[in-house]
Amino acid sequence: MTTPLIEVRNLKTYFGGSTRPVRAVDDVSFAIARGETLGLVGESGSGKSTIGRSVLRLVEPTAGQVLYRGADIGALASEPLRKLRSKLQIIFQDPYASLNPKMRIGAILDEALATHGLHPGKGARARRVAELLELVGLRAEHASRFPHEFSGGQRQRIGVARALAVEPEFIVADEPLSALDVSIQSQVINLLAELRERLSLTMLFISHDLDVVEYLCDRVVVLYLGKVMEVAKTEALFERALHPYTRALLAASPKPDPTQPSVHVALQGDIPSPIAPPSGCVFRTRCPHAIDACAEHVPALEEVEPGRWAACIRKEIVSMRVAA
Amino acid sequence: MEADPSTNPRIEPRLAVQRLSTSFPTEGGLVHAVADVSFSIAPGKTTALVGESGSGKSVTSLTLMRLLAKTANARVSGVARFATREGRSVDLLKIDEQALRALRGNQLSMIFQEPMTSLNPVLTVGEQIAEGVRLHKGLGRSAALADAKRMLDLVEIPAADRRVHEYPHQLSGGMRQRVMIAIAMACDPTLLIADEPTTALDVTIQAQILALMRKLQAETGMSILFITHNLGVVAHHADDVVVMYAGRVVESAPVRPLFAAPAHPYTQGLLACLPGRARLAGRAGQPRPARLFAIRGQVASPLAPPPGCAFEPRCDLAIAACRDAMPELLATGAAREARCIRVAAALPEAA
Amino acid sequence: MKMPPMLRQLLHRRIVLVAAVVLLIIAVLAIGAPWFASFDPNDTAVLQRLKGPSSEHLMGTDELGRDMYARIVHGARYSLAIAALTALGSVIAGTLLGLVAGFFRRLDAPLMRVVDAMMSFPDILLAIALVAILGPSLVNVVLALVLVYTPRVARVVRASTLVVRELLFVEAVRALGVRTSRILWRHILPNLMSPILVQVSFIFAYAILAEAGLSFLGVGVPPEIPTWGTMVAGGQQYAHQAFWVVLFPGLAIIFTALSLQMLGDGVRDLLDPKLKKAL
Repeated sequence: MTTPLIEVRNLKTYFGGSTRPVRAVDDVSFAIARGETLGLVGESGSGKSTIGRSVLRLVEPTAGQVLYRGADIGALASEPLRKLRSKLQIIFQDPYASLNPKMRIGAILDEALATHGLHPGKGARARRVAELLELVGLRAEHASRFPHEFSGGQRQRIGVARALAVEPEFIVADEPLSALDVSIQSQVINLLAELRERLSLTMLFISHDLDVVEYLCDRVVVLYLGKVMEVAKTEALFERALHPYTRALLAASPKPDPTQPSVHVALQGDIPSPIAPPSGCVFRTRCPHAIDACAEHVPALEEVEPGRWAACIRKEIVSMRVAA
Repeated sequence: MEADPSTNPRIEPRLAVQRLSTSFPTEGGLVHAVADVSFSIAPGKTTALVGESGSGKSVTSLTLMRLLAKTANARVSGVARFATREGRSVDLLKIDEQALRALRGNQLSMIFQEPMTSLNPVLTVGEQIAEGVRLHKGLGRSAALADAKRMLDLVEIPAADRRVHEYPHQLSGGMRQRVMIAIAMACDPTLLIADEPTTALDVTIQAQILALMRKLQAETGMSILFITHNLGVVAHHADDVVVMYAGRVVESAPVRPLFAAPAHPYTQGLLACLPGRARLAGRAGQPRPARLFAIRGQVASPLAPPPGCAFEPRCDLAIAACRDAMPELLATGAAREARCIRVAAALPEAA
Repeated sequence: MKMPPMLRQLLHRRIVLVAAVVLLIIAVLAIGAPWFASFDPNDTAVLQRLKGPSSEHLMGTDELGRDMYARIVHGARYSLAIAALTALGSVIAGTLLGLVAGFFRRLDAPLMRVVDAMMSFPDILLAIALVAILGPSLVNVVLALVLVYTPRVARVVRASTLVVRELLFVEAVRALGVRTSRILWRHILPNLMSPILVQVSFIFAYAILAEAGLSFLGVGVPPEIPTWGTMVAGGQQYAHQAFWVVLFPGLAIIFTALSLQMLGDGVRDLLDPKLKKAL
């Protein structure tokens, strides 16, 4: 078995005081193989965005390891880390705030190239900037304009171009579609799928939109309050979810077809605060199958079926043949 | 022709909007945020107003409630006939401020997208619910507070006795939205305008809120004008759908016919580009598309609208005639309308 | 003549326009002093002392018979130069300090404690103490005032840096691997320009007043150098018999400081909503 491109082991990222920190990411482990797109799915407080940033050390993890090609990047000093960044890139959620409003986009892309010494020389960089713009469906003459002259979808394309400028192997896509209109989302989805194919990219796709995750991702990790609930191949997960939370999540997402059975409310109550997560299984306060034992220990993520992991002590619930 | 999606044309609609237009003067010229919008909502039914950025759906609801900022200097025209509880019919756009205030928060309520900013952070939740009750029902403080507790129970907030004295920041996003609903429902409205009420909420919380709204509608018989861009929500929570693009209604139909056979190319495109539809296609035995359908281009700037049909630059079915004039909204079937010359031409009898 | 749109907007308010015109006049007079004054400011003429304003001496003469008008106009050079250098120096030093404190978390607390300590002294007292330590000279007055006003700038720049540092596009360039020095220079600093510009104009105004105050108290520039402050100081004892000796330098100080304040207000109002929009 080849080494995964990215491996996360027992990642913990806590924010704030040492007494009652916000446990944004609380012992998460997963691996991403070369060329794979892994989906991170969850609601507020799930920790999915923090995981994305922790993997890139944009936010420093509190504990655990992040391995790139088998080497621990947490051990890297600032200069080697800086150089490594060309291989590990990110696309942000907010296309409006992620571009410096005072810089022309040609300058933004030029800076990316110059930072890592790519295509040295002003002329060579300018040509590459034009290439990058066309790669993402914009035009070369857009380089002289400022971000505010573009729409949300176009700015997101610029963000993609910037990430690709440094020739990465791995991209974290942090909810790249959430701020876009539906009709623009499909344009950007197609762009990402095409570029991923063309440039052999490995992706960590973070989203709360299950339909998009199902379309773009090979495998999915379902998160709740900083912990992993379930891991599975996409098709398997959407066909038959094992974990009660995944089942509730899938049931709650309204399908755009009035002839399908109506959305039924699977979960009551609110998501607990990541400052004071429930003891034992963090999902037990809303789980329809919770028993007393669920409060005692944090359930381990176990391989319940070949290639499918779930964190739940109630094996009989998890293996129930319930269609999503 | 005025759209009347009610199955029984003899029942008077709760709200009948005719040729509503709202324009704003800006530095670049006059922006027609809403143009020639007509639709109705039957009593006890939910009409969804669907659109993306620039469609004018939010401005429509603000215009109906006359909540546009005075500084915007909006030019409003058209009629919005509202059937009051007393059996009268008033034009919301023409009645004086006092009469409107008597209706707002009373028979005609609105809930917004961001519950945190829509609630006053320095008043308790109970006080905010009681405010409307005291104003419209004339109750005293303690009676109003008791009413507030009753409303919190109605919106399924547990421990209502305690919660009624809490402040908005002590509640979660889902709970705050329930409080908003409680405020809106406090005086038994006959029409609730919900402007993207679940967009900012997590999916599991969204399901709860939508179910609550459904339940309240069933119990009180109120009508709902549901503004959203989420077609999944529309599919399961609306009876009728009005699709807006660039300030105009481009299609209106009951929900099942709309999803089964969308008439307008924009509606077709919107449904086709949903990855959720791709998934359903995969289930039904059709092969999953390698590329999602995408509507090319983007909405034109309101200051530089295309000549003729607003959707023409992005439309796969566009012909030369589409650039000549803005198409009329024409009936295309039972309670169905579309604003497209290609659709009109395909009808059995030419309009 | 085409004016850049921001300048046009700035001068839109009448009071700012008036202030700008006044400053322009003063600046022109200062720069072209030798051409605007017919007398040498240092020419003493004991027989002409304390003569009132006349057609020959527009603003009268001082206690040593020197032409007041010439002294005012020449004094403008010194007063404005001192104030300008102070503004420039404190803004550069303060920006450096504020940027570093705002961007590097570990340096924030120690640097700000120093700033707090310095700001706990009233401006004038601190200035007096510094001039006393350094010795009275033009350069030392500038140095002292720079030290007095740097903390003010540092605080404002630090506050803005803290905000800008957290903006998404700054995180984005960090994610690209852009060097910290470049992030500070190319991404953070340009977005601090608005508060910095506002500070420049206010400190310019404060410095005019401070220098005048110091010189008046006799602890500013040496009395041979004709600044407006030394003029007021020198003519103080003759004020009751020859009011023009203190009136005109006093008015010069007031008009200049006031105009700078108005200009500063205008710049701040102009840039504030823009700053929010740009961010």
